[in-house]
Amino acid sequence: MEFYLGLLQILGVHTLLGLSAYVVLLTGQVSMAQAGFYAVGAYVAAMCTAMFGIHILPAVIIASVSTGILAMIVGFPALRVRGLMLVVATLAFGEMVRMFFFNFRWQIERDGKLIGPNGAEGFRAIRFFPENGWETGDVALFIWCIVVIVLGLLWWVDNTRAGAVLRAVGHDEVAAQSVGLNLTTIKVAAMALGGAIAGIGGGLYAHTVTHIEHGVFGILLATFAIAYPILGGLGSVFGTLLAVIFIQGFLVEGLRFIGDWRSLLFGALILLVMNLRPTGLLGERMSPLKTLFSRKSPVVTNAKETQ
Amino acid sequence: MLEIRDLRTSYGKIAALKGVALDIKDGGLTCLLGPNGAGKTTLIWTLAAILKAQSGSIRMDGEELIGAKPHQIVSKGIVTVPENRLVFPEMSVTDNLFAGAFSRRADKIAVAQDLEEVLQRFPRLRERANQDAGTLSGGEQQMLAVARALMARPKILLLDEPSTGLAPIIVEEIFEIIGALRDEGRTIFLVEQNANMALEYADDFYLLEQGLVTFGGKPGDVDHDELIQRAYLGTRKAS
Repeated sequence: MEFYLGLLQILGVHTLLGLSAYVVLLTGQVSMAQAGFYAVGAYVAAMCTAMFGIHILPAVIIASVSTGILAMIVGFPALRVRGLMLVVATLAFGEMVRMFFFNFRWQIERDGKLIGPNGAEGFRAIRFFPENGWETGDVALFIWCIVVIVLGLLWWVDNTRAGAVLRAVGHDEVAAQSVGLNLTTIKVAAMALGGAIAGIGGGLYAHTVTHIEHGVFGILLATFAIAYPILGGLGSVFGTLLAVIFIQGFLVEGLRFIGDWRSLLFGALILLVMNLRPTGLLGERMSPLKTLFSRKSPVVTNAKETQ
Repeated sequence: MLEIRDLRTSYGKIAALKGVALDIKDGGLTCLLGPNGAGKTTLIWTLAAILKAQSGSIRMDGEELIGAKPHQIVSKGIVTVPENRLVFPEMSVTDNLFAGAFSRRADKIAVAQDLEEVLQRFPRLRERANQDAGTLSGGEQQMLAVARALMARPKILLLDEPSTGLAPIIVEEIFEIIGALRDEGRTIFLVEQNANMALEYADDFYLLEQGLVTFGGKPGDVDHDELIQRAYLGTRKAS
């Protein structure tokens, strides 16, 4: 049971990581920076609880706000480049973040022990959950409450005009501009929202493992982050959720019994899925703009009748 | 009226517009002809602010537009129908039309009325209202692109090569639509390679060659054949 609850925790934080990439991907931007924001979120939230004794909830919110702002700052210069160049630029940012934490030392004494990030050694004893008597199940429930809130919020955004706007930019930037969309604002907003979500994920992650270090937040994690929405498809947020369950639950955990062959099968299965469903597990459909403009427009009803 | 003076735009070191000057008069169809690579699309994109002008001025009724952002240009009523149509392929026809009204999204009632009007003008779009725009034929997509631009209530409509890649019979249909829009007193700036068709409908025309306007006048002003030759092939000497 403990194992499954632990798995549930992993699925939760990875869903948040995947959703953060999903938002940015809607605008057509492939960002490899999400693991970087996730790392910042992890360190900030961990410092809040372990070093300053703040409760986990405000700590995660602080982490989320700071990564959101950071993502916005990164967004302005990074979104001037496109496609592969953006991948390289965001990848570079992610590595910068990793190297920063590799060198980052800031420890304070608490209860007679030194606590805080300690460079390459990492950040140990992020023990908010055990100190406050939270069981694995409580933690899993807490994480999934947050995941459900974020999922619900994103699903709602996706089905409003905001979602359509993000997708319009993702489809064709020139067309989007020619109907009067402000590209910079939209892309930076998506980046900030994605950053904020990654921060929440990272903050929760740090507390589930109690020990974080720079190595975890490398290119592999960045690849996972972007792989979830690509594999899941941009149809809706549930595609990302499905992909996380498929990759983390089935491929990573479920196939442990086949040992070293797992990595091989892992790659093969992803290839197979992408071949069978090129637009992802839940493929794309556009969110209905019309519902916002006129929920009961006679014009639209007419149009439906003639169909 | 849109006054363009000494407009320069370049891609890196390559100058595409080398000081373009022309007027787009209110309530008429101004046409810009020119061979491939003359800078026609560059001019449209510069007017739409999708490309940044290096120098020069674009004035709309005296107000300088250089430095404005693309969405501000749309709000001012200069709306582009981009080349190759560029509809949102995975949105329905109706949603594409709503997207066109993005700059006036607050005014829901007027937007709904305009939608009805546009669907009346383009019955073919009404038939396909709930279909994805990507499933439309080329001609229908072009109609949708024009209709989408109309949803923004443009003061000036910029059309970038609406005839590209369409069958001659469809091109005629598209031009009839453009002619009808002109007859309603709308201000249209049409960039075309199809000189024959364009001159049939234009009130004024300009010839753009190698980034410069080399001729401007009314369709009757000049020998038709020579003009068409230059519009397609260009010349070395500027007249």
